[in-house]
Amino acid sequence: MTPILEARGLSRSFGHVRALNNADFDINAGEVVALIGDNGAGKSTMVKALTGNLDLDSGELFFEGKPLHISNPQEASDLGMEVVYQDLALAPHLNPYQNMFLGREIPRKGFLGKLGFMDDKAMRAKARAGFDELGGTVRSMTAQVGTMSGGQRQQIAIVRSIAWANKIVFLDEPTAALGVVQTKNVLDTIRRVRDKGIAVVLISHSMPAVLEVADRVQVMRLGTRVATLPTKGATVEQLVGAMTGALDANLTTEEAL
Amino acid sequence: MSVIAKEDQSAVVDHGPQDSLLKRIGSLQAVWILGVLLVIVVFFSIAAGSKFLSASNFSLISQNIAVWAVLGVGMTFVIITSGIDLSIGSVLVFSSVVAAKLMASIGGDGWGVALIGILAALVSGAAWGVLNGFLIAKAKIPPLIVTLGSLSVALGLAQVLTGGIDVRSVPGALTDFNTYIKILGIPSLPFVALVTLIIGGVILHRTKFGRYTYAVGSNELAARRVGINVDRHLILVYGLSGLMAGLGAVLALSQFGTTTIAGQSLTNLNVIAAVVIGGTSIFGGEGSIFGTVVGLFIPAVLQAGFVIIGVEAFWQGVAVGTVLVAAVYVDQSRRAAALRGAKSRNPILAMLRPNK
Repeated sequence: MTPILEARGLSRSFGHVRALNNADFDINAGEVVALIGDNGAGKSTMVKALTGNLDLDSGELFFEGKPLHISNPQEASDLGMEVVYQDLALAPHLNPYQNMFLGREIPRKGFLGKLGFMDDKAMRAKARAGFDELGGTVRSMTAQVGTMSGGQRQQIAIVRSIAWANKIVFLDEPTAALGVVQTKNVLDTIRRVRDKGIAVVLISHSMPAVLEVADRVQVMRLGTRVATLPTKGATVEQLVGAMTGALDANLTTEEAL
Repeated sequence: MSVIAKEDQSAVVDHGPQDSLLKRIGSLQAVWILGVLLVIVVFFSIAAGSKFLSASNFSLISQNIAVWAVLGVGMTFVIITSGIDLSIGSVLVFSSVVAAKLMASIGGDGWGVALIGILAALVSGAAWGVLNGFLIAKAKIPPLIVTLGSLSVALGLAQVLTGGIDVRSVPGALTDFNTYIKILGIPSLPFVALVTLIIGGVILHRTKFGRYTYAVGSNELAARRVGINVDRHLILVYGLSGLMAGLGAVLALSQFGTTTIAGQSLTNLNVIAAVVIGGTSIFGGEGSIFGTVVGLFIPAVLQAGFVIIGVEAFWQGVAVGTVLVAAVYVDQSRRAAALRGAKSRNPILAMLRPNK
């Protein structure tokens, strides 16, 4: 199966720091891939490189098997890739559908639309459909997002991203600030996104969450991918070992793949 | 490794706020403050009877707030972006001076001259606003400082242009418009203000421009992330505020038949007070034109009422200041409650309740 997105030999230096050092990455459609690594291992830099937020020194990207050259986030959006940042980038005073369509409002038909009038009814209906499709716990389309729980806000950000991304969603620490129940809700949401056939890249420091929801784990260390392993049968100790380099010998390493 | 078994989804949901329309309306500060206004009206109606509750009294009140109402439209937009515009009074003076001087130099009493003056006032006001917006959005100077500066500069330039003496030659067409003309039974100046308020309300609540205004005030970074041109939007919002000051200049010329160089020093603060009393949050992201209308009526009704029942009008300042502080306190408490995730509690009751 051709990966929906593949990176080969990405390198990027900031001064003397090699943030990415001949790093690889791949993800298939309908797959959850966790990207893990210690702080400074290059996870965020990798996501930036994959979504057009970073100029590369060298390396190649392939999207659905074809070479890809992107230089700004808009191109990534156009291809169907969206990033959910850790701060979620939601406007707390707006409600879920207003947030979902912020910057992409549906105009009213005809002359009024040209004047900047919006079709709130259509936006609300589409948002409603998006939330219903994904299940989850966001019920009110009219309450301010700022009054909602962290889990619900995360869901809103995810629903917004998959409303515009039909290929790949990048989630940066989606469960970092959440409690047990809310974490479970977000992980359920991630599964449902995957079941829609959308690839999910999950950056997380929470090993239990990674093991619960991801299909594969790619471990980064010192700017390069040091291991990729299926989560089936993997343990937290193995993942931490791979991240810190203590258990290299026991893992399916790059060379063996 | 999936430790959580498939279970009934409803057992683990964190329930979101499911607000009925009635509850949402009740949670708007504009509605509470409308209640305060009604209480004031009822009080004066009982105290002064038909003298207060007469068409002529309310016609007078609406004429007194027409200029502030127009300025309030622009100010509401500005404050929703979490900004402030202190310069509106001075920009009004500058624009009225430019318009009056221009009309005087052309001469004549007809509508032709008046239209040129109106255009000049609007352009001058909008230009000041755009300058404010540019300095705020592009030079990243805080709005308070930028507009404090333009307050000083605009008033200073107006005094330079006139030597400090008011220009009294306003075309008859403009002053007659205020004195004689009624539209749909409403005096002309309040009618212009009403139309401006309605247009402002429609733009704020129904268009993309309005939605972006809320978004910029609510979370500027998020607005940038979704591709909104925040800098351009801020320039337009301050430009709108300046344009409204230009329109206010036209109304003031029409109302007084002269420029009011010394008469607008507190206009900015009065308008800001009205906007904030009306529930527009100085922290941005929240507010409505309807609230601003209510916030304008409270000081005006108080003043008229005090005059009628024979209380010194000085008490108006005391009353308005108190309402202003109380309104902001209520607003902040609601915000804090929302952040804690609490169901909207009545902050006044919460204040009376002892801490545990």
